[in-house]
Amino acid sequence: MNLAYRDIRHSLGRFLLTCVGLGLLLGVVLAMIGIYRGLVVDALTIARAPAVDLWVVEANTRGPFAEASRIPGDIREAVARIADVTAAGSITYQTVEAEHGGDKLRLYVIGYELTRPGGPPQIAEGREIARSHYEMVADKSSGLTLGERIHLGRHVFTVVGLTRHQVNSGGDPAVYITLPDAQKLQFDLAPPAARVQLARGTGDSSRDTVNAVVARLHANASPDAVAETVHRWKHHSAITQEAQELILTRSLVDRARRQIGLFTSLLLVVSAVIIALIIYTMTMEKLKQIATLKLIGAPDRTIIGMIVQQALALGFIGFATGATLIFSVKDYFPRRVVLEPDNVMILGLIVFAVCLLSSGLGVRAALRVDPATALGG
Amino acid sequence: MAEASDRPLVHLDRISKHFGEGEARVDALRDVSIDVHPGQVVALLGPSGSGKTTLLNVIGCILDPSSGSMELDGERVLEDGLWLRPNLRQLRLDKIGFIFQFHNLIPFLDATDNVALVLQLAGANAVTAHTRAVELLDYLEVGHRRNAMPAKLSGGEAQRVAIARALANKPRIILADEPTAALDSKRAGIVMDLLRKVAVEQNAAIIAVTHDEKIFDRFDRIFSLRDGRLDAGGPVTG
Repeated sequence: MNLAYRDIRHSLGRFLLTCVGLGLLLGVVLAMIGIYRGLVVDALTIARAPAVDLWVVEANTRGPFAEASRIPGDIREAVARIADVTAAGSITYQTVEAEHGGDKLRLYVIGYELTRPGGPPQIAEGREIARSHYEMVADKSSGLTLGERIHLGRHVFTVVGLTRHQVNSGGDPAVYITLPDAQKLQFDLAPPAARVQLARGTGDSSRDTVNAVVARLHANASPDAVAETVHRWKHHSAITQEAQELILTRSLVDRARRQIGLFTSLLLVVSAVIIALIIYTMTMEKLKQIATLKLIGAPDRTIIGMIVQQALALGFIGFATGATLIFSVKDYFPRRVVLEPDNVMILGLIVFAVCLLSSGLGVRAALRVDPATALGG
Repeated sequence: MAEASDRPLVHLDRISKHFGEGEARVDALRDVSIDVHPGQVVALLGPSGSGKTTLLNVIGCILDPSSGSMELDGERVLEDGLWLRPNLRQLRLDKIGFIFQFHNLIPFLDATDNVALVLQLAGANAVTAHTRAVELLDYLEVGHRRNAMPAKLSGGEAQRVAIARALANKPRIILADEPTAALDSKRAGIVMDLLRKVAVEQNAAIIAVTHDEKIFDRFDRIFSLRDGRLDAGGPVTG
């Protein structure tokens, strides 16, 4: 006779309600883990998109993500000529706000050279940019659709392709345009300002400036060795892909990452305390029954089994409820929620361990019950 | 009234129990000696704090006495205040049935399972336990409520299920704590008749703590306790 099952069945509504409550709490924990992972993944997405080995940036900066970096566009040729470099491309990054559907839409604009590294990694819908001007590949999270036209600066761009999950570390959706368009967007002055500059004799300065030059290397080449070569040039630094990712995770999103990590840890502790309290309360409500069971001859293992099985059932149903809930709604979060099977499994194991430990409190209380308390009113 | 056989089912010899030491010492029981024979239904009477429940707990093997000896169902289980069996839980399961003031049925088990649980704890398989439980409920004339949950039983029905549970392992010693306190006089009479029937037909000894004056005439013997001692007059024959 399974006492745990019988007890649960007897007060099924209450037990399920408790499970749902716990499930909501565990769902929040899972969401926080997903947001934490999403933050890290988002931060790395743009840096990984060009699939390169080296970033050439302005000297003494850690650009182009952590710090501003501006270098002449013709550096690309010099980089491309380095031994072990197979391809190099100039690239610009800037955040702009555009009007869309009556609202302001923040976009992370990436300018790249069409036939060189730096473009969108994969087109989910539509096509890549084919014309040298005024075409755009946008991320789906921007809300832009194929064929839609949108004003960026003084020009209208047509969305010809869509990507997925291409956002910057702040969560702004990325849009890709050609390098010349990006440079015009970044450096062209409004006509009155341009006229003033022209009158002052400074209006014809070169705008062939980029934020970084990215380079792909031979498979067996050492990025560090190539970076060392670039370091010898004046006014330029080189950052390997590995170092760039480290900068992004350790510097750019580090505080947000730690903040969410700490909050997630706190939520886990709160969940553990709540699970312990629920199980302890469930046990305390049954002390008279436990005393009676002891008095009529039930061994300790029967009583321990009842408490532990109920604790595990509570944890399992609560966890399953929370996981189902979060997997159902995670795509509706404004920022990406990344839940890998290992995250879910680890939280499941933590909940299992917490339930076991928490049931220890209840078991301890149950084992201390004097069977004599069953006698008397 | 029942005819007592020669060998007692419960034999207490100079049982004492004290709590605390020195000035805080309280003597709950002082040299209490009692014999209860098969077929007898006896009562423990006394004012609050007289030691009735302490004595019931000692006989029920749930409280260690300070001194004295005890035999249950022909087996010496206590010698000079020391238990001779290491596993008192098994001793209770084998030899003693308990009936409580408020029936103490497990609320999440139906009437049959409340009885069958004790049998399964003693090692019976589910089918045997269920069959025996139904037989016992029928014997106590509450078989028609076998599938009812405790909350759905009347006070008298619940107490009859509790008696069935106490009888499940065929113990020859039944300890009852205020078995009729929660019942009206009609139902109290029915329960006492059942206990009498059990004592006679199962050849068992029934020891009940009670304050219920309306059932005093249903007992074979009444032991009156005062300040932990049997009253000077010793057992009172009912």
